[in-house]
Amino acid sequence: MSKKILELQNVSKIYGSLKALADINLSVNAGDWLSIMGPSGSGKTTMINIIGCMDTPSVGNVILDGVDISKENAASLTRIRRDKIGLIFQQFHLISYLTAVENVMVAQYYHSMPDEEEAMEALAKVGLKDRARHLPAQLSGGEQQRVCIARALINSPQILLGDEPTGNLDEENEGIVVDIFRRLHDEGVTIIIVTHDPEVGDVAQRKIILEHGKVVDDIDQSATFGESLKLRSQERN
Amino acid sequence: MFWRMIFKTLSRQKSKMLMISFTVILGVSLSTAMMNVMLGVGDKVNRELKVYGANITVRHKDAALMSDLYGLTEGLGVNDKFLYEEDVLKLKSIFWGFNILDFAPILDGNAIMSVKGQPGAVGDVSLMGTWTEKHATLSTGEELSTGLKGLRTWWEVSGEWLGEDDDSAVMIGHLLAAKNKIHVGDAITLTNNGIIKNFVVKGIFNDGGNADEKILLTLPAAQELMRLPGKVSSIEVSALTTPDNDLARKAAQDPRSLSPDEYETWYCTAYVSAICHQIQEVVRDGVAKAVRQVAESEGTILNKTTLLMILITILSSIGSALAISNLITASVIERSQELGLLKALGAYNWQIVLLVLLEVMITGLGGGVVGYFLGIGFAQIIGQTVFGSYIEIARMVILIVAVILFFVTLLGSVPAIRYLMALKPTEVLHGK
Repeated sequence: MSKKILELQNVSKIYGSLKALADINLSVNAGDWLSIMGPSGSGKTTMINIIGCMDTPSVGNVILDGVDISKENAASLTRIRRDKIGLIFQQFHLISYLTAVENVMVAQYYHSMPDEEEAMEALAKVGLKDRARHLPAQLSGGEQQRVCIARALINSPQILLGDEPTGNLDEENEGIVVDIFRRLHDEGVTIIIVTHDPEVGDVAQRKIILEHGKVVDDIDQSATFGESLKLRSQERN
Repeated sequence: MFWRMIFKTLSRQKSKMLMISFTVILGVSLSTAMMNVMLGVGDKVNRELKVYGANITVRHKDAALMSDLYGLTEGLGVNDKFLYEEDVLKLKSIFWGFNILDFAPILDGNAIMSVKGQPGAVGDVSLMGTWTEKHATLSTGEELSTGLKGLRTWWEVSGEWLGEDDDSAVMIGHLLAAKNKIHVGDAITLTNNGIIKNFVVKGIFNDGGNADEKILLTLPAAQELMRLPGKVSSIEVSALTTPDNDLARKAAQDPRSLSPDEYETWYCTAYVSAICHQIQEVVRDGVAKAVRQVAESEGTILNKTTLLMILITILSSIGSALAISNLITASVIERSQELGLLKALGAYNWQIVLLVLLEVMITGLGGGVVGYFLGIGFAQIIGQTVFGSYIEIARMVILIVAVILFFVTLLGSVPAIRYLMALKPTEVLHGK
């Protein structure tokens, strides 16, 4: 049985009178591929912020890799995020004046030591070795997102966390990114993706549906998991 | 990676960094100019104030005592007490000798005057024998030129000043000359205790004070007439001094009340009381006293000038800090996504603050260097325009300006740092 990498226990996030998350219970095993779906305002972003150590719950516990991080201070959360989480954003958020490889090295710098060779390998992994010296403005949206994935992976995180990672991509690039996720999943990386896109949500092993801050459905897609990916791959080809 | 990020940011934000640099240049140049002028202005203002004459007088201790106790300025116990002419040049040998700009011994006395071509004697007149423009070589080999001419720069003279060797000529105060219808070129006779000497009137002066009814003659002539060789009544001294503070005031009361450290500090500072004390050490039986009005005016003007310079420096620093603050805050807000991303990638607050501060400091340093040299230029312009001479560049200004620049930049960065500390990656990265 896989090790439990993440567990949310009765987690709530309250802003004044608004309950963005209400009594969430969720556990994720190492190597799982999870998608979190739901309409706007359902609490997806709040949830990913808490899992990504960028926010803390008002109530409840968040156990990450066996450690309760719900009461940690900002500096500890920064350290935990740096060591255990890889972040991918809808709008890529690459530093405009640094090249693709330098953008990857920034994550290395704040984690340990920048290593250009290693950063080139990460870019090669997402098929961008030949675009390593280009600035973000010289890359397409799909390429920028792949740089973002390389950056998220460079420090070998325990969880790859994506906030609408295909939201700004066309269908072709969406497929490329999903293929990368599939390969990473095969390598044992734990992937948690927040998405609006049903097709991206459907390819995950497990789909969580949020509504009004509550988990309304937790769908195990293990049975169709491989099929969906194959189908998507065929459709693209 | 860190430096790569800094230099790429600097080159990417050229216009903003140039604005910050420009602000620093303005602030630093003004501060540099003001501080150099402030540090150099003491001597300059003092020299300007020397037109008001001597700020120290040296008299025989008994004469000074009579003056202090009874307010007597003449008569027995005053007029018959003398200093030694041979001690006068020793003034330049004291610790603050370089600060003594001009000095002149004075021998006061009286004589009966008669004017050639006018029947009968005019009567008793006051005499003042002195060095008008004495040239001497000190034991150190230093050439010296000093005398009353340098101490009475405000005199209006018709005719000519007495020369060093004009022992047969006199200058006459304009009131005495007018009263007796004496003109330049006239011959007069002075008689004292059976000694009769003839003189030619070389000049008529307007002092605006008591001297206008006196006759000025060379010291040797006066000594001969009064049978007082080698004697002088008093010495007038014009010295560059530092404005008095509490220590100087305490020392002026009694130098023995100072602790050894205080005494050393006081002795080695050009306070008027310290210079007086040192003069007394070389002039036998002499008591040196500050001419308070002149000394205090110098101190007041100098203090006010210094205060003005300090205020300008402070105001320019505050102005720079405010401008830098606006520019840096605007820059940081503009880059909030990038800086929020760095936090999301694992940068601690201090690492982000260090990154931004170093960018600003490097920009500030560049601006500071340019501003410093520009400030030196401004200081010279001020020196030439106001004092007609160059301002000496004080090296310590570099250090002071560097400290001011550091704190101005740091203070200017405070709002930006507060913004950075409070910046939450979640608020800038989700594109909401």
